[in-house]
Amino acid sequence: MVELLRVATAGSVDDGKSTLIGRLLHDSKALFADQLEAVERVSRTRGDDYTDLALLTDGLRAEREQGITIDVAYRYFSTPRRSFILADTPGHVQYTRNMVTGASTADVALILIDARKGMTEQSRRHAFLASLLGVSHIVVCVNKMDLVDWSEARFDEISAEFDDFAIRLGVSDIVYVPVSALLGDNVVDRSENMRWFDGSTLLRHLEHLHVSSDRNLVDVRLPVQLVIRPQSHRHRDHRGYAGMVAGGVLKVGDRIAVLPSGFESTITAIDGPSGPVEEAFPTMSVQVRLADEIDISRGDMICRPNNLPTVTQDLDAQLCWMDETTPLRIGGSYALKHTTRWARARVRGLDYRLDINTLHRDQDADQLTLNEIGRVQLRSSVPLFVDAYERNRETGSFILADEGTNRTVAAGIIVPRTRAV
Amino acid sequence: MTPRYVLDDLAALEAESIHIIREVAAEMQRPCLLFSGGKDSIVMLTLARKAFAPAPIPFPVMHVDTGLNFPEVIAFRDRIVAQWGVELVVASVQDAIDRGLVREEPNGSRNRIQTRVLLEAAEQHGFDALFGGARRDEEKARAKERVFSFRDDFGQWDPKNQRPELWSLYNGRVFPGESIRVFPLSNWTEIDIWKYIERENVPVPELYFAHPRDVVERRNMLYAVNSFVQPLEGETTTKHTVRYRTMGDANLTAAVRSEADTVRKIVEELMLTRITERGATRGDDKISDSAMEDRKREGYF
Repeated sequence: MVELLRVATAGSVDDGKSTLIGRLLHDSKALFADQLEAVERVSRTRGDDYTDLALLTDGLRAEREQGITIDVAYRYFSTPRRSFILADTPGHVQYTRNMVTGASTADVALILIDARKGMTEQSRRHAFLASLLGVSHIVVCVNKMDLVDWSEARFDEISAEFDDFAIRLGVSDIVYVPVSALLGDNVVDRSENMRWFDGSTLLRHLEHLHVSSDRNLVDVRLPVQLVIRPQSHRHRDHRGYAGMVAGGVLKVGDRIAVLPSGFESTITAIDGPSGPVEEAFPTMSVQVRLADEIDISRGDMICRPNNLPTVTQDLDAQLCWMDETTPLRIGGSYALKHTTRWARARVRGLDYRLDINTLHRDQDADQLTLNEIGRVQLRSSVPLFVDAYERNRETGSFILADEGTNRTVAAGIIVPRTRAV
Repeated sequence: MTPRYVLDDLAALEAESIHIIREVAAEMQRPCLLFSGGKDSIVMLTLARKAFAPAPIPFPVMHVDTGLNFPEVIAFRDRIVAQWGVELVVASVQDAIDRGLVREEPNGSRNRIQTRVLLEAAEQHGFDALFGGARRDEEKARAKERVFSFRDDFGQWDPKNQRPELWSLYNGRVFPGESIRVFPLSNWTEIDIWKYIERENVPVPELYFAHPRDVVERRNMLYAVNSFVQPLEGETTTKHTVRYRTMGDANLTAAVRSEADTVRKIVEELMLTRITERGATRGDDKISDSAMEDRKREGYF
């Protein structure tokens, strides 16, 4: 079975990130001759000394003109074992917004470290953002090993330094791979130059990484997207509650409870995309049919009676501010989308602003501007059915939109409430 | 051993697309699905049917008919909408030329002028969400576009001012006149599309399969002789076994040499191919490095 793996990379040209991605695509045969030719042509016209593989991913005119990556680009490649979706994001601090976006759906984060420079502020920031966004696997590629004489000591030194930092972040799975993206060592093919390294190559590691247990299969959560009620004679009695399973395993015959009403019923059928199925689990899109006709509509949530999310109008969250035009205002109100439910939310307080390079908490901060992250308290206009983000990414996240412009202005990560209510 | 509670890649993509289609149906006032009869749009329509079954698809489909389509594709389109009971809206480029809304371009391509026709039809019908079958692997400007792609009241895309898109939380909020283009197949690749067509037995136009055809060679590409492509002076016609990888306008879409006359063989062929589908078949995409970005800024699909 071919599994889908979502990978986020962050980095800049200096780290050799584009070279690494180019190498992955090229060596896994996902790079096409006409794409390569086009890139070579542009590089030649510009008078570059080498073929600039960044041109492959820099899809916008502004990016090519300025030689910088501005926005997330998605790349696709596959091996017989896995299909990969690679969210390629720029690494500089002014693009934190894009890194957060790329990491929000990633199973794995790929972090690049230049072997000559070692850990930098940027690598610390990338590791922090990956952990904040709940990416449970990090692969650290110590790149440009060719420029440090393939030194095992240097590799060990950087790995230890990264470990020291990461231990504070609570990421459970960190793997280090010494590579030379330029020459290809340990990217797809094993390095002849680093026989001392007995781990897997980058691609092999990505192919075998165990991610299926990252999903929450315990807490049943089905946010209802819409109710499917055909008006035809043949399907007169069909009432399907459609949604994407956000957590747990639902089975025909299971007892369920619906929020916010609290009504209970029993699952009589589950319809998958190709007909009835016995069970539904994340991330299936299904319809659930119930034994009783109860009032359920979009924004409701189907759960198990003895395992409910927190029903609350008060949220504590880490908020990443994403809008360049206006800052987060304390006391301001925004449109909030959580699962399939829109509400309004008022910002009641900003506990602190986080320095994402040092993790220092500035408790005197009174606003958040573009790319800043802080801990906030929100009050929503209707009750929301939430879990802590660390328990469930889907029921633990939300976005804020500005009601005046409709722009998405912030991403929110729900943290367990620590304060007494 | 197959691990429990894990979807394979196609099932995961399918689930994501259905989720997206349902979000649009739930949140937008008047969606419409762009349906050309090509492989991507038929897969998208198949997913839309699955999203709402056993209820019918709760929105119409629209075809922007350039007037230069392969007759086989138009016949396929009409057959599918009739069989599947879908409401079809046709926006005709020829009609728009006759009315003077747009003017024919000297190179014979109607790719660009169809944008005006699309925007006019969308406005007339009050569509606030248009589903498109574009994939991010097709082209590098597309690789940067959101699943829910905001368009201003002129239908324009502003690549530097896109809404951040996180988790599976899509923001379809628009003011009157503005709209969202939605790309449920964003994360699919060409091979995924064909594997899905194979798995789900999705019907596709016959032109996708290899067949001996009379072709002329132009700028290293093979064009099959049809009512829109006739040999010019000095061109010779030869017979080759070819198939179409994309269904663009019949005057500008090239065929590729291929022996693949079944879906399985197409999948196998694509695993070995070294050229992208647009590179192999589209005369009109080669104009500049930014051709696609420029067209999308004007409101193209």
